[in-house]
Amino acid sequence: MIRTEEMILNVGPQHPSTHGVFRLVVKIDGEVITEAKPVIGYLHRGTEKLAEDLQYTQIIPYTDRMDYLSSMTNNYVICHAVETMMGIEVPERADFLRVIAMELNRVASHLVAWGTYILDLGATSPFIYAFRDREMIINMLNELSGARLTFNYMRVGGVKWDAPEGWIEKVRDFVPYMREQLQGYHNLVSGNEIFLDRVKGIGTYTREDAINYSLSGPNLRCTGVKWDLRKNEPYSIYNRFDFDVPVAESGDAFARYHLRLSEIEESLKILEQAVEQFPAEGQILAKVPKIIKAPKGEAYVRIESPRGEIGCYIASDGKKEPYRLKFRRPSFYNLQILPKLLKGENIANMIAILGAIDIVLGEVDG
Amino acid sequence: MIEELLQSSPGWANFGIFFLLGAVLLLIVLGFVTYGILAERKVMGYMQLRHGPNQVGGKWGLLQTVADVLKLLLKEDIIPKAADRPLFIIAPVIAFAPSFMVLATMPFTDKFQFADIGVGLLYYIAVSGLTTFGMLLGGWASNNKYALLGGMRAAAQMISYEIPLVMSVLGVILLTGSLNLNEIVAKQEHGWFILLQPIGFIVFFIASIAELNRTPFDLPESENELVAGYHVEYSGFRWAFFMLAEYVYLFAMSALITVVFLGGWLPPLAILGFIPGAVWFALKFSVVVFVYIWLRSTFPRFRADRLMEFGWKVLLPVALANIFLTALIKSLFF
Repeated sequence: MIRTEEMILNVGPQHPSTHGVFRLVVKIDGEVITEAKPVIGYLHRGTEKLAEDLQYTQIIPYTDRMDYLSSMTNNYVICHAVETMMGIEVPERADFLRVIAMELNRVASHLVAWGTYILDLGATSPFIYAFRDREMIINMLNELSGARLTFNYMRVGGVKWDAPEGWIEKVRDFVPYMREQLQGYHNLVSGNEIFLDRVKGIGTYTREDAINYSLSGPNLRCTGVKWDLRKNEPYSIYNRFDFDVPVAESGDAFARYHLRLSEIEESLKILEQAVEQFPAEGQILAKVPKIIKAPKGEAYVRIESPRGEIGCYIASDGKKEPYRLKFRRPSFYNLQILPKLLKGENIANMIAILGAIDIVLGEVDG
Repeated sequence: MIEELLQSSPGWANFGIFFLLGAVLLLIVLGFVTYGILAERKVMGYMQLRHGPNQVGGKWGLLQTVADVLKLLLKEDIIPKAADRPLFIIAPVIAFAPSFMVLATMPFTDKFQFADIGVGLLYYIAVSGLTTFGMLLGGWASNNKYALLGGMRAAAQMISYEIPLVMSVLGVILLTGSLNLNEIVAKQEHGWFILLQPIGFIVFFIASIAELNRTPFDLPESENELVAGYHVEYSGFRWAFFMLAEYVYLFAMSALITVVFLGGWLPPLAILGFIPGAVWFALKFSVVVFVYIWLRSTFPRFRADRLMEFGWKVLLPVALANIFLTALIKSLFF
C-alpha cells in the first residue's frame, strides 16, 4: 500500500534564491506546492519609527538602505515630499542631475534584476555580464556621490554635489554602449528555448488581480495596464522628455522579464535627452533654511521606482523632525500576490515566479 | 601483456600486477580530475570575464585543486544526528566506485586498455547506472528534505535518460555488429560514426549531459532550487567523493564519446597516422570536455517535469527512428 504525505519545506531565510533573508514555508506534495506562506521581517530595521527622531536631512541615508538597489529614487521620494510641504522650487540643474542619477540607477537596478533572474534559472554567465555593465553605472554614481550603493546624494532643495568635470560626457558615451549590450542580452537569453520554456505562461495573473493586489511597476504593466507615474503624474522634469511606457498583455513571468529590459531602453532614451538638454550653468541647491522644518500638515507623494510605485507620507507638527513618516514600499506590496501564484506550481517554478516579482528584502521589511 | 596475465593461473603475482595497474589508472584519473576541474574553472572564468584560480601554484593556479582537496581532507567530518548512519557513510562510495569501474573497458589506445570484454559498451552503461543508487541513498540517508527531493530527481532523471542513451547507440551497434569497444573503433577507420550516425550522436550527447548531471540538466543538485540537492548534508571528503564521481564520469563519458563516435585513437586522415594514437585520443577527448564546459556556462536549467517530457517524448522517439533508419539503410545498401 503506497502512502503519500504532504511535506512542509522551509525555504529560507538562508536560501540562494530568495534574494536576501526571505523565508517561505511551503507545503509540498511531491514537488507540487499546495500552500505557501511567506514569512518576512528578518531585515526589519524600523526605518519609519527611527525617522520620527531624526531631522529630515538625517532621514535620507536611511532611505538608501530600503531599496538598496535603487537608492536614488528613495532619496528623491523623501526630498520630494519635504519640498512639496515646504513649497521649495528646485533649481533646473539640480533637477537634471536628479533625473540622470535616478535613471542611471533604474538601469542598474534592472540589470541586477535581469542577471539574478537568469542566475535563479540556472545560467551563470549572464549574471556576470549584467554586473559588468552595472559596474560602469556604479562607478559613475560613485564619482557623483562618493558612494557605490548607498548614495545619500539628494538633499531637500537639490543635490549635494555637482557633476565632476567630464561626467556628463561619460553618461553620454554610456548610452550607446548600453544599447549595444542590451542587444547582446536579448541574443544571449531572450530567445533561448530552455529559458522561454521556463518563464512563458508561468506565474500568470490578470489585470484585475494586479490592481486588487495593488501591484505596481513592471508587475502591473505586464498585465496591460499602462501606468507609469513618470508619465501619468509627471514629477521633477519628466514631462520634458519623450519616452514610452512599455506594456505587455500576457501577465506571465516572461512579460515581466521583457518589460524590465524594455524599460532599460526607455531609461536610456531619457538619459540621452537629459544629457543633451543639461544646463551648462546653474545652482544645484535651492535656498533652504539651515534647519529644515516642514510646516504643520501632511503630504503624500509618489514616484516610479524600478520596482513600482514608491510613496512617502509625512505628517508634520512643524518641528524639525516629522511627527509620522510612512513609506509605501513597492516590493512589500508586490510580494503579497506570491501565495496565490505559488499554489499548484512546482518547486522549480517557485523560484521562477519569485524571481520575476523582483523583490528587494530591504524594502519589503523596511 | 594483459592477455598473457589473464591466461596465467591466478596467484599473488598477477593479482599484484593488476592491483598496481589499477592504481596507475586511478592516479591518471585523479590527475585528470585535478586538472579537469582547473580547466573548467579557467574556461568558465574566461567565458565569464573572470580570471579563475590564479593564486595557488603560480599564475595559472596550477595547485588550486590540490589545495582544495587537501582542505576537504582536513575538514571536520559531519554526520547529521538524524541521518541513517550506515547508509550515509556508504552512499558516496556507491556513487564513486562505478565511475571508476567503467574505465576498465575504455580503450584509450589500441594497446592501453585494461579489460577487452565482448560487451564493453553494455558494461559501461549498466555499471554507470549504479551511481544513481549512491545519489538516491545519499539523499535518503541525509534525512533532509532538499536532499530527498534531489535524490528523487536523480533517480527520475536516470530512468528517463538512460533509455534514450542506450537506444541512440543501438545504431552504432547495428553498423558494427559488436558491443566491443575495440571493434567499434576499428570500424571507424573510413568514417567516424558522428558522420554516419549524426542523429544518434545528438541524442546520445544530450542524454549524456543528463547522465552527467551537468547544466542544463543539473536538476538533482540545482543550487537555486534545492540548495545543493542530494549532497546538501555532506561535507569534507564524503562530499568530495560525490564530486569526484561527477568528474570521473565526465572523464569516462568524454572518453566513451571519443571511442564510439569520434574514432577513438584513429587519426582523422590516414596520412596523419605518424602521430601516435594517444595524442589523437587526447585531442578529441579534450574537445568533448570543452564542449561540456561550454554548455555549462551558456544554458539555463531545465524544469524537472519538462525534462521528463523531453526525454520520453522527444529523445526516445528520435532514437527509435534512428534505429529504424539505420537498419533500413544497412539492409538496403550494405
